[in-house]
Amino acid sequence: MSAPLLEVDNLRVSFHLRTGTVEAVRGVSFALGRERLGIVGESGSGKSQTGRAILGLTPPPGEVRADRLTFDGIDLLKASKRQLRDLRGGRMTMVMQDPKYSLNPVMTIGAQMIEAYRAHVRAGKAEAREKTLDMLAAVKLRDPARVFSLYPHEVSGGMGQRAMIAMMLVTDPDLLIADEPTSALDVTVQQEVLRILDNLVAERGMGLIFISHDLRLVSSFCDRVLVMYGGKVMEELAAGDLDAARHPYTRGLMNCLPALEGSSHPLPVLERDPAWAQ
Amino acid sequence: MTAMIEIEKLTVVFGSGSLRVAAVDDFTMRVDRGESFGLVGESGSGKSTVLRAVCGLAPAAGGSIAVDGKPVPTPRDRAFYSTVQMVFQDPYGSLHPRQTVDQILSEPLSIHRLGDQDRRIAAALGDVGLGPSFRFRYPHQLSGGQRQRVAIARALILEPKVLLLDEPTSALDASVQAEILNLLERLRAEHGLTYVLVSHDLAVVTHLCGRLIVMRNGKAVEETDAPRLRAGETASPYTRELMQATRGFTRASQTTE
Amino acid sequence: MAETHSPARRPTWREWLTDTEPASRGQARLGRAYLAWRSFTGNPLAMVGLFIVVGLVLVAIFADVLATHSPIAGGDLRTERLKPPSAEFWLGTDHQARDIYSRLVHGSRLTLMVVMLVAVIAMPVGLIVGTVAGYVGGWVDAVLMRVTDIFLAFPRLILALAFVAALGPGIENAIIAIAITSWPPYARIARAETLTIRKSDFIAAVRLQGASTARIIARHVMPLCMSSVIVRVTLDMAGIILIAAGLGFLGLGAQPPSPEWGAMIAAGRQHIIDFWWVATMPGIAIFIVSLGFNLLGDGLRDVLDPKAAK
Repeated sequence: MSAPLLEVDNLRVSFHLRTGTVEAVRGVSFALGRERLGIVGESGSGKSQTGRAILGLTPPPGEVRADRLTFDGIDLLKASKRQLRDLRGGRMTMVMQDPKYSLNPVMTIGAQMIEAYRAHVRAGKAEAREKTLDMLAAVKLRDPARVFSLYPHEVSGGMGQRAMIAMMLVTDPDLLIADEPTSALDVTVQQEVLRILDNLVAERGMGLIFISHDLRLVSSFCDRVLVMYGGKVMEELAAGDLDAARHPYTRGLMNCLPALEGSSHPLPVLERDPAWAQ
Repeated sequence: MTAMIEIEKLTVVFGSGSLRVAAVDDFTMRVDRGESFGLVGESGSGKSTVLRAVCGLAPAAGGSIAVDGKPVPTPRDRAFYSTVQMVFQDPYGSLHPRQTVDQILSEPLSIHRLGDQDRRIAAALGDVGLGPSFRFRYPHQLSGGQRQRVAIARALILEPKVLLLDEPTSALDASVQAEILNLLERLRAEHGLTYVLVSHDLAVVTHLCGRLIVMRNGKAVEETDAPRLRAGETASPYTRELMQATRGFTRASQTTE
Repeated sequence: MAETHSPARRPTWREWLTDTEPASRGQARLGRAYLAWRSFTGNPLAMVGLFIVVGLVLVAIFADVLATHSPIAGGDLRTERLKPPSAEFWLGTDHQARDIYSRLVHGSRLTLMVVMLVAVIAMPVGLIVGTVAGYVGGWVDAVLMRVTDIFLAFPRLILALAFVAALGPGIENAIIAIAITSWPPYARIARAETLTIRKSDFIAAVRLQGASTARIIARHVMPLCMSSVIVRVTLDMAGIILIAAGLGFLGLGAQPPSPEWGAMIAAGRQHIIDFWWVATMPGIAIFIVSLGFNLLGDGLRDVLDPKAAK
């Protein structure tokens, strides 16, 4: 890989409220190639706000600043609204935690996917339909034609999340940000969805940012892991080197999970030192 | 040893006619006094419905439930509720949004006409590791873990013998989960409680429980215990699948497509 | 070292109210009210509404002091009839030579009475019917809601007219008629809220403590329905004032010579071309007070209704 797909340098997200300014992300830097990057942290660590800021989805009154925030050479902070809209949902997309809330309840899944596709690609109705059905088949839905004509409330959580992934990948994006994509799903369904995601990312050579609080899951799925705390990156390491983690926070996150093989009683409790976030 | 909870051939049915669904089907379980028992399964397996049937939130269509050697009355009486209490999954939904911690904890005391409220509330808060400074806060001023501690304090304030735990940590961060699991373990030892823990996470169940039942589609798939699971002795492929999923993502099987 | 021995600074009221670790039930409640008040005062239109409503209350209380003339007894019919606004008669006089300003000031008492009595009668009825129907469900729900539907099926003014016709004209009967016709929407709102609340885990938790149905409804469900009902009642106030005025205008509400604003408009209607102020002044009063309640209701919704909050 020559130039990285996404470059983030000193990203800061702050919310100006009446009660004062809350800094959600405080100087996060990383570069992403066509690989799987995991961002792990507890709630409030700024991991989700990092993902949102990249897509320009920071809710008001949030303010995003960065020394550098580029996607494939395009400066995301200086891009026009129109340019951003074309990128978002086109070349970069996001899968959210719960498909129930991210799919439009009054449109069939197929109609939503066609709309998403035709918003970014010039295509006829028939072509869009074909592409959509292909995509539904690619996420291993057993009967794509049937799912195509179903409404979101008529499918199970796992099917909904697969349809969501299909919808997000129908435009052949280069970057997919997945924010807790499987934590609303059952564990066995979670495996299937991850496997599909894994294959698609590998086949299409996408960059993937996988945001989760589950360090075990992220480390088994991603190539590289960023561990965040208090809006800052504590440690960045290759997924395989997790056992060699040096930062006490990373080690704490690892150790506090009960293991099937047996774990100590009581479980080690995660130590948090506010000094790390300074 | 005597049984604390005995469920015989329990059936719970929702809906009727063509919409009839047996959420729990012919389920039998025996939990000993002072034991910590696990129910594992995915959503729709009926594991939570078993708990709700025990405490009268779901109607039993067949079978029998006995607690502390006595068949449970329908509707459940006050004596039952001072024996059995429940902790819910979602700490954001299980606390009344307009009541302070103090009001939430004093409600069971006034329902059961127990005196000495001040001392009991302070003791319950201390038990779950929350200081007196939390007593007059509203739920929205608390973190998820703190809320779950309040919910546990509310369940314990009537000094029950049995605590039904419905996915008590699945809405929490992994780090907070460890704190709550430790708390539950300590409370069980201190108060001599009997636990029934429902979870989708085998690791959590084997950490807290000795014996467990794996459920699927309202039926018991397998009754086993933690040592046997650790040794990999499982009778059903479904249990093995759950164990696999608990360990994290495995890329190995992608070649079998 | 001297620092540690100096006595602790007494917290200011503001600090005490916004303390995140309140030390008593009272402080927790007041702190919550203070935060609501702060977000309310941040909305200028709501403050205008509050200002108008408080103004109405003050005018009603101090009507005797504020009025310059008697609201009932007129002046000299030959010389002081239908006078335009002047230094003597600030808003002019009507066809009975009565000072319009003084009548408006005293009329505020009637308006306030209508509004308060309707709120006091209709709100609890709506709240109880709605929460009981929503929480208990089954045939209780079916019966209560069909009764509600029947009341909703009649146009409000027409039903009020029918009641007044049956009971006889007069301000008391008008109030009863309005109250009877205004509770069904509150019952609907309370029921809808209750349906979402009853399935929540915190209600299941109180059931598991052995609480009776009545206790759950009164102590756990109603407080949550209260805010949206209060908002709706406040927004309805404008409509209630208009109906009361409408009944007065038709001669079915307050009877002459009481200075009810609607009746005043009706009396001024014969002179509207030549003596515009007679009908216009009470019209403006109705307009301002209705606007005040609407603005106040909107502001309350932003503060009280969690769903409308961002």
